[in-house]
Amino acid sequence: MITAESSIIVNSDYVHRHAAHCESGAVSSLLRHYGLEMSEAMTFGLSSALIFAHFPFVKVEGFPLTAYRAMPGAIVKSTARSMGVRMRRERFRDPQAGTARLNELLAQGRVVGMQASVYWLPYFPPNMRFHFNAHNMVAYGREGDDYLISDPIAEHPVTCPAADLQKARFVKGMFAPRGLLYYPLDTPSEVDLSKAVARAIKKTTFVMLNTPLPFVGVRGIRYLAKRIRELGLKSSDARYALLFIATIVRMQEEIGTGGGGFRFIYASFLQEAAEKIGEPRLQEASELMTSSGDAWREFALLGARFCKKKPDVTLDQLAEALLVCADFEANAFRLLRAIRL
Amino acid sequence: MFCSRERAVHQLIYAANGCIAMEKKDVPQDSNAALDGARKVVYAVDEDGKYSTVATTGWAVEEVVTSMAVDHYTQLAQEALLRARRGESSPLEYHMFTRRLNVVTLAQATGKFQWLVKRHLKQPIDQLSPKTVRRYAEALGMALSDLSRLP
Repeated sequence: MITAESSIIVNSDYVHRHAAHCESGAVSSLLRHYGLEMSEAMTFGLSSALIFAHFPFVKVEGFPLTAYRAMPGAIVKSTARSMGVRMRRERFRDPQAGTARLNELLAQGRVVGMQASVYWLPYFPPNMRFHFNAHNMVAYGREGDDYLISDPIAEHPVTCPAADLQKARFVKGMFAPRGLLYYPLDTPSEVDLSKAVARAIKKTTFVMLNTPLPFVGVRGIRYLAKRIRELGLKSSDARYALLFIATIVRMQEEIGTGGGGFRFIYASFLQEAAEKIGEPRLQEASELMTSSGDAWREFALLGARFCKKKPDVTLDQLAEALLVCADFEANAFRLLRAIRL
Repeated sequence: MFCSRERAVHQLIYAANGCIAMEKKDVPQDSNAALDGARKVVYAVDEDGKYSTVATTGWAVEEVVTSMAVDHYTQLAQEALLRARRGESSPLEYHMFTRRLNVVTLAQATGKFQWLVKRHLKQPIDQLSPKTVRRYAEALGMALSDLSRLP
């Protein structure tokens, strides 16, 4: 039901759900609202969002980019493709126009996905506010000057003043949101899951095992292990090594990953897919993926001990822990490749 | 350094103990201070091996790495503050670090070249054109008059 008075617009049918990752959480909430029941894990898996990449030549805040999932925006795009949802995306040059369009869509009774910078959202805990411009959330109403926001990684719905939201939606820089709004125009009544699952897994498997670049996939993990070892050999400054490791662990654990650098979300997707399309071997792959997630968490634990300057943790050990992750991951994806859905 | 066979053994140990296997009951609830009382979601299995989401107050590991990133900027800001008080750099540099920006990200946020931003960080603010000052104020989310102020 939509309540629309002069200053209050609320889409009260919308149900907020607490999710691990912002983009898959926002997209799955949107799809559910528009009539396609899709869990967060399923949304994540079907958009082939799992990845590993370490690009030494792309610097984020002075440190090489380490990514555990696909580029921001990829989930919005590819979920739509893999499920046959027509997703409308709008960007704006002018901030005022972007805000006006958001108001218009809300007044029409729509629930809208948005991209914004974490730093300028006042409801975020102060110590979690960094300049990450590709955060995703859903707007489902407005009360006077406050927007009603369902932020997937917040436990409960929140509100955000219009001025702050506009600033957050129109920051410039890496992954600049340019006021991105997205919403499904129509959703299919049925999705051919076995086909969608097969295609999504095939793509992820290919990226993780066959990318002809040393920076991506299982090779990327081994490459990072090598770089960490070299970090110890070079007598560069100790502070850099600490922050280098801390950055990797942050990307893996801190920033809405569901634990273990998205590996547990993906394991959950494989498990759900095994049930829904009746392929028990996917369950086996899910268990391997869980082990991989555990190995990643072991790495994170070692990394944090290293950052705390515990003398018992060396860069060599960290590299070794990463090679364990690489082995688990290689096993999981080789099994997935062998299943031939 | 381990050879590959040792690594295989290593792997077996991990698999056998499950180490920090993400079972629901093992999900850390360490009250990560950076989360400020908020809870986040992780995926974990129950006794039957079935996945679901669990809300957690955070993991100590996250707190370590998040506070490192926060402290990094705090330290840079303190150093910049001393420089600015001695007149060696612009208050702009201090404000940049308190907003968790650096030369690269500030350049991106204002659409200026990095070398230009670097130069501006050394100049007194009143030497910059009003338009430039406005751009910096906007990127930093500050009032124009506060830009030249130091605590």
